[in-house]
Amino acid sequence: MSAENNTENKKVHYERFDKFTRSLHIMVIISFISLAITGMVIKFSGVGIFQSISKFLGGYEVTGFVHRLAAVITFAYFGLHVFYLARKKKVEKRSIKYMLSGENSMVPNKRDWKEFVGTVKWFLGVGPRPEYGRWTYWEKFDYFAVFWGVMIIGLSGLFLWFPEFFTSLGIPGWLINVATIIHSDEALLATGFIFTVHFFNTHFRPDKFPIDTVIFTGSISLEELKEDRPRQYKYLVETGQLEKFLVDPPSPQLVKTARIFGFSALTLGILLIVMIIYSMIFLYQ
Amino acid sequence: MKNQLNITVRLILFISAALVYSTSIVTAQNEDCLACHSDNSLTYEKNGKEVSLFVNEEKYSNSIHTDIACTDCHEDYDAEELPHKEGENIYKVDCSSCHDVGAFGKSVHGQKKVDCSNCHSKHEIKEASEFKGNEKQLCLSCHKTSNVKAFEKSIHAVNASDKSLSCLDCHNGTAHEVTSAKFSEEQLHSVCSSCHQGAVDNFEKSLHGEALTKGRFLAPNCLTCHGSHKILSSKNEKSNTYKMNIPSLCGDCHKDGTRVSELRNISQRHILADYAFSIHADGIFKRGLLGSAVCTDCHFSHNILPHENPKSSINRKNIASTCTQCHVQIEKVHAKVIKGELWEKQPHVIPACVDCHQPHKVRRVVYEEKYTDKLCMSCHGNKNLTKEADGKSVSLYVDYEKLGKSVHFESSCIKCHTNVNVKNNPICISSGKVDCSMCHAEQVAKFAGSRHGTLHAEGSENAPYCTDCHGKHDMYSKNSVDSPTSRRHIPDLCAQCHRSGEKASVLRHDQRDIVANYAMSIHGKGLLSSGLTVTATCIDCHETHHELPATDSNSTVNHNNISETCSKCHYGIYEKFQYSIHSPEVNVTKKLLPVCSDCHQSHTIKRVDQDNFRQHIYEQCGNCHLDVTDTYFETFHGKVSKLGAVQSAKCYDCHGAHEILPSYDPGSKLHRNNIVETCKTCHPNSNRMFVGYLTHATHHDREKYPFLFYTFWGMTILLVSTFTFFGLHTLLWLPRALAERKRHKKNSDEQNK
Repeated sequence: MSAENNTENKKVHYERFDKFTRSLHIMVIISFISLAITGMVIKFSGVGIFQSISKFLGGYEVTGFVHRLAAVITFAYFGLHVFYLARKKKVEKRSIKYMLSGENSMVPNKRDWKEFVGTVKWFLGVGPRPEYGRWTYWEKFDYFAVFWGVMIIGLSGLFLWFPEFFTSLGIPGWLINVATIIHSDEALLATGFIFTVHFFNTHFRPDKFPIDTVIFTGSISLEELKEDRPRQYKYLVETGQLEKFLVDPPSPQLVKTARIFGFSALTLGILLIVMIIYSMIFLYQ
Repeated sequence: MKNQLNITVRLILFISAALVYSTSIVTAQNEDCLACHSDNSLTYEKNGKEVSLFVNEEKYSNSIHTDIACTDCHEDYDAEELPHKEGENIYKVDCSSCHDVGAFGKSVHGQKKVDCSNCHSKHEIKEASEFKGNEKQLCLSCHKTSNVKAFEKSIHAVNASDKSLSCLDCHNGTAHEVTSAKFSEEQLHSVCSSCHQGAVDNFEKSLHGEALTKGRFLAPNCLTCHGSHKILSSKNEKSNTYKMNIPSLCGDCHKDGTRVSELRNISQRHILADYAFSIHADGIFKRGLLGSAVCTDCHFSHNILPHENPKSSINRKNIASTCTQCHVQIEKVHAKVIKGELWEKQPHVIPACVDCHQPHKVRRVVYEEKYTDKLCMSCHGNKNLTKEADGKSVSLYVDYEKLGKSVHFESSCIKCHTNVNVKNNPICISSGKVDCSMCHAEQVAKFAGSRHGTLHAEGSENAPYCTDCHGKHDMYSKNSVDSPTSRRHIPDLCAQCHRSGEKASVLRHDQRDIVANYAMSIHGKGLLSSGLTVTATCIDCHETHHELPATDSNSTVNHNNISETCSKCHYGIYEKFQYSIHSPEVNVTKKLLPVCSDCHQSHTIKRVDQDNFRQHIYEQCGNCHLDVTDTYFETFHGKVSKLGAVQSAKCYDCHGAHEILPSYDPGSKLHRNNIVETCKTCHPNSNRMFVGYLTHATHHDREKYPFLFYTFWGMTILLVSTFTFFGLHTLLWLPRALAERKRHKKNSDEQNK
């Protein structure tokens, strides 16, 4: 019962993200914002504010370098994440089936569809809030959006990065133009999505507003877990795994740092989206 | 009738008989005289002198008096008396009994009691015609002075032609009427002019002749110079009028101290002495150069006139032609003064020879041209010297030191200020503006045709004149760095009027602040920052003296002439351009083809390797090729260009700049045979597939670029649908979440209570 005591006294937080995942997300934030800014600079190169940003960052050579560096980071976290999944499977001896359809799986399934329908009903006030598990459907969408995005934008980006090499393999030159459009518009989609939908879903929805620092601190209070993801809580209690994930609440220092970093990222994202909208409405042809 | 005939016949017969009879009588008589007088030893004494009484019978018989009896002439003798009675004047023969000698009596010979026999002899009298040719000897037999004797050697006597003269040709025609040797002037002139008409006419009009006519006793006549009987050809060295003797001949009267010299009213002194030291005298007397000038070469011999006379050879107007008789090539060394024949055509405009080379002192020394300047500077060296012009006080001070450093340091004041007139006092008064065209005719003519020149001619106050750019007395060569016209200072010079806000600032919309812009242009920076004087300044494009507005078809900056103007320096570029599609020689079109200034802005012209130039392709190629320039900016090259990427490919990096050709031309950089190489300049691994990249692609053109069009719209649909979905999702979520939160809060508030 010492564990229970401990739970009551100390371990009141549930660890939602382990350290590796948290580190990976920091890489995602840094590289994504970098790519977004340096990418939009060239997408909207005719717009004064983006030209100023380019100048402020040290010119198009610097933005180009940063963009490629961030691309390398992106490929790195992509690789690391795949490595993480493989390691998890190996170390925790997880079956493929569990990986694809278990309670912790990122892969969308029938229940997600039901939850989506339930959510819409809840939105419309004709049903209760669905009892979400560890990953809601929009979180799963986010996850695969990154997967999709990295694949599409990354590949087309590589094509634009090394056009001579790819054309030497026999790919026609006009595909560079096609790749440009795909890279650019997909990036616009990703940027627009993350800085609006993801931001709202995760941080700005009233029950989390203005920020949810869980991705940096890694843990949420049990109360929040019960409230937000009742099905997961139930599952953890039922399977008796809860204790395994109980951790100390994050130190105030960490929370403070997380908030500063988080707000910075949010601010940059918001500013960028404002500039994009402004450019698209007023200046983009 | 018969009787009449008989009378005539009888009369003829009678006269014939009488003649035969009388002759026979004369012969008989003379034989009596000659019986004694044919003895050549027959003499008699008269006044202690032995006089021959011999009569050469043979000669007498050949004389014209052969048929005349001795007694016909020797009238007063008594034949019976032998010897004939002394004291009776039987020797004196009176020719007047047969010959009319009235005229002779009045002649100088008659009056001086010269006997007929002195010329005609006594008993050997010949026909008058036989005198011809011997008159000279006859005269000289009595006239034995050296002067008269010299006649035999004179030009008149030994003239090579038959025209040789005898005494009588001058001394009054007929033998018996010879008058006094002292001709009157009138006689003398009529004598000489019978042969030397021209010379005498000239002389009569001359200073000498005029004096002579007025009866001035010092006045010379023909003989004064030429002598009387010993007249020699002026080519004869012994002649007074031989060239080498001329100075002494003229000097007889004109040297200092003579009465003639006291009559002179001219500024020349010591004429002969000065002449003796002159280069002309030196030439003739020391070096024996007969071509060297003596008095008569300048003053002429017979028609000597005072210098005031406009016809005089030494009149200011005629001096040049007088001197150029000998100094034919003087124009070569005095070219600047007399260029354009000003020397002859406008002698009043420029100084005459003698202004610098004093007439009798023509020394060998090279004259300091500025020797007259002292006179000018005696007034103009005063800093307070002013004149009133249009109610304003204008300084007339000349800084002689500055003038000495100017490009005209060798010129004297009067070389430019030509309208000085010795009749004025001071001589420079109202001499007017300097006419630079005297020496700089070409430049002034150009100026007159320029915009500056025409405005100046119209009287515009703002239009510049020569001195406004070049300065006045402190005028420096354009090669001098201190000169306002040195290449270094040209922009400043032109800026004085053409800078913004100044009187001639150009206000065309596209050409504002030309001077300020020039300073920032590559040409201006070359000059002002890099100190390159070879860089183009205003005058290189607009021309120095002949600048015209660009609208003028003759202007060097006219659209049609720009290329040629730039080619003065950028010839290599011009050569390339000539073969490009932009060249009117290659591209026959009604469209306005571009010239240098369409891409390289005239005054703001940039270095092409500096940021600003390459970033302005919209104003360069975009002027005409707007559609492709637009689409260029939709692709990577264009997009990074907008971020300030200078190196990223611009139009001319692929199409070429001056040598631009359409891509179907094998010479084009974009021809399919060349394009891989062209891309390789930036993309070393360029290949045939790589060059398929569409550098002017747009996803708005479905016809031309369907792949791009559909990709774009595919992506757009994806974006729109995603955002629509999540937009709605969020919009639904927000009010619900807010309501939930409110309820939650209420619950917790209740719990707390």
